[in-house]
Amino acid sequence: MPLNTLQKLEILADAAKYDASCVSSGGDKRNAGSGLGSVTGQGICHAFTPDGRCISLLKILLTNFCIYDCAYCVSRRSSDVPRARFAVDEVVKLTLDLYRRNCIEGLFLSSGIARSVDQTMEELIRVAKNLREQHEFRGYIHLKTIPGASPELLAEAGRYADRLSMNVEMPTDASLSALAPEKSAVEIKRGLARTRSYIDASTEPSRGSAPPARYAPAGQSTQMVVGADRSTDLDILRASSNLYASYSLKRVYYSAFSPTGHASAQLPSRATPLMREHRLYQADWLLRFYGFSLPEVESTLADGMLDAALDPKLAWALAHRDAFPVDVNQASRESLLRVPGLGTRSVDRIVAARRHGKLRLKDVARLTASLARVRPFIVTPDWRPRHLLEDATLRQRLAPAPQQLALAL
Amino acid sequence: MALRSVTLPQDCGEEAFRRVARSCLAHRLHPDEVIFDSSGTGSLFEPAEPRDVPAILMPRRFVDLASNVVCHSAEDRFALLYRLLWRIHGGERHVLDRAADPDVQRAQQYAKAVERDIYRMHAFTRFRERVIEGRPMFVAWFEPQHRVLQKAAQFFVDRFTNMDWMIATPSGTAAWQDNLLHFGPPVARPPKEDDAVLDEVWQTYYRITFNPARLRVNAMLAQMPKRHWPTMPETSSVPELVRTARNRVGDMERSAPDRPPRFAGVLAERRLGAAREVPAPWDALKEAAHACKHCPLHAAATQMVFGEGPLDASIVFVGEQPGDQEDLQGRPFVGPAGQVFDRALAQAGIDRGTAYVTNAVKHFKFEPRGKRRIHQKPGTVEVTACRQWLQGELDVIKPKLIVSLGATAALSLAGRAVPVTKERGSIQTWGGRMVLVTIHPSYLLRLPDPDVAAAEYDRFVADLQRAKLWCEGAK
Repeated sequence: MPLNTLQKLEILADAAKYDASCVSSGGDKRNAGSGLGSVTGQGICHAFTPDGRCISLLKILLTNFCIYDCAYCVSRRSSDVPRARFAVDEVVKLTLDLYRRNCIEGLFLSSGIARSVDQTMEELIRVAKNLREQHEFRGYIHLKTIPGASPELLAEAGRYADRLSMNVEMPTDASLSALAPEKSAVEIKRGLARTRSYIDASTEPSRGSAPPARYAPAGQSTQMVVGADRSTDLDILRASSNLYASYSLKRVYYSAFSPTGHASAQLPSRATPLMREHRLYQADWLLRFYGFSLPEVESTLADGMLDAALDPKLAWALAHRDAFPVDVNQASRESLLRVPGLGTRSVDRIVAARRHGKLRLKDVARLTASLARVRPFIVTPDWRPRHLLEDATLRQRLAPAPQQLALAL
Repeated sequence: MALRSVTLPQDCGEEAFRRVARSCLAHRLHPDEVIFDSSGTGSLFEPAEPRDVPAILMPRRFVDLASNVVCHSAEDRFALLYRLLWRIHGGERHVLDRAADPDVQRAQQYAKAVERDIYRMHAFTRFRERVIEGRPMFVAWFEPQHRVLQKAAQFFVDRFTNMDWMIATPSGTAAWQDNLLHFGPPVARPPKEDDAVLDEVWQTYYRITFNPARLRVNAMLAQMPKRHWPTMPETSSVPELVRTARNRVGDMERSAPDRPPRFAGVLAERRLGAAREVPAPWDALKEAAHACKHCPLHAAATQMVFGEGPLDASIVFVGEQPGDQEDLQGRPFVGPAGQVFDRALAQAGIDRGTAYVTNAVKHFKFEPRGKRRIHQKPGTVEVTACRQWLQGELDVIKPKLIVSLGATAALSLAGRAVPVTKERGSIQTWGGRMVLVTIHPSYLLRLPDPDVAAAEYDRFVADLQRAKLWCEGAK
């Protein structure tokens, strides 16, 4: 008996949920005009599931039939999952129905490769084009691009999508060829490179009268599965540094490997601790927004792994106590950013507030989330951390007690 | 000191408050002398705005802050704003910049709470479709924490312009019909009507997209507080999802590896069986170079960049390595240095289409720095590892003359370090091949002095002309 739309949704949303990216941020702000939908720029999370993740987009596959056999993927051909395939119109209707009820910001559409790469890419584009042109849908669209798709199709995808993404999946070529023998690291990187070139061309100041054609205004992103192979955190951070430098990526997503119920003998049977994923994001942030270099982050690693018990910034500070304490009223923005417990927003507020008078400890308390965390590393006119920094137990006092991440409702 | 009580309407907005505050200020009423009352009871003092006071300026930042703070439900919101205004006019013009000031901090907290409430209204409002007088109407009931309906409504207008909709809240309604936005008084909570999309499709999606292996209830609660759950249908499945998560993960972890379905074997065979044609020697060389892992450069670079041009070319240009653009496009000499090279070639009368252009090293060597790649000079290791591919190209093409551009090309071709500036313009015989030595065009881009750069460019063109003449003579 053919499946109805709801049954297909069960299968094809389940297959898509392992993709971590769900944001609807970035892109050109726009209103509905005569059509339906808008993009606010910051993105909206319409709901949160009990895994603490945001639902912003309807995230589904067009089909989970796939000729490839990537071990980490629930839709690989050797997986014994039920298979389904949406018609273009079904996806369009689902998107519009949920959008009109204010459940989503738009659509995130990916697909298994049912027959050929280009044919799959064409179908993805057909959905986006239908939404845009037949229904004047002006909400957010995130399209997955397929490694090896022709340059013409990549160019077309960016005309309809706000964001494009192509997953590198594994931090090293060796892991990719071991776990996804039919995928080619070069083809993936080429895809990212092409998309970057198209994005560059669309954002170049136009010389003629016509502005450059719109192309994926919210940029591109990629994802790595963490913990399915034996790569270390250093392997992963090195790969993402190269990716950020090479392809103007908005984000590299890290997705902790979790069992799907359709195990491959090649993979661990247990989920990667979420803490590992969390620490990787923290390190990624240090590299991108806090002025840390990869060798600096590397200096805090043991056997190439981030410390699960300490956030990487605190780990760096404890290993470089000579860089502290930092005078809150004098220090440069760069040194303030190195203080554990001070985020970019706190630092900006401190820098703005100190122009209007000396900051004392209670002022700092108002500007930061947790004074206890910050205090050992700063100096104010009424505070100096005498022996705190030399204290061998500092780590114990600052490292949070192991927390149960999942508490009962 | 006599206390004055100022009555404000219950739904006092920013303009009404500004009017009252202005007149209090004009009367020089100290913040401790005024009680702002918006409970709707009592009316002791309504200060009229004196005609002869000069207009009281409100800084833009104060107006912005106040527009959010007045929506807050806290009773002291008006007193707090008036105190700040009093201080701004009493010599503390820049008090709002002092984020550590207790008044400023509290006002900002209120403003932030209101912004968050607006955001949550945008996020968590759920419309149910009804048909009213033959027209579809999307109806929602939402309970904000603060008085944000007016501020939040524009978002729905901008987004759902081509729908008719109505949002009812305990303190009033906003309705959009026939392209008009209308705010009305509170109505009774509309009875919940069935909506198959919300009740089936949305619920199903919510349930399925949850990954039980990632259970983090507190993270969900922090972002989606329980007080909003009654108006969000999807939350009805939360208790069951949480309760069963652990067992579901346990089952998944214990599940035996899948027995592949029958079509998997068929597909695998079909993929293996797709007979590969034996490539011609040139293509085989190129393919082998694409797969090259003789040095670590392949890991970070996008792709191997092979040479380009006719295989019967009489002249071959050898550069250093692909740069950023060459790496992205997979073609040699297409970046900034490539453009200089093209210009110089044209000036020397050489058609690039008749020449073969390649590099000594086929992968881009760089250092990642934020969003950029910083070019790094390839070392002997990379040059040596890559040498076979260049030699392979030259063996097939057998050019009359090779033009070696820069030190790296010379190192690869000569097999030793060559002082390029000293030997430039000369024609050498290296490994049985004729090689004209010159600089790399990227050198011309690095010269700061425009006069020197122009002179060097001319010398470069002269070298290319010499190569052309030599080839023609060799014919």
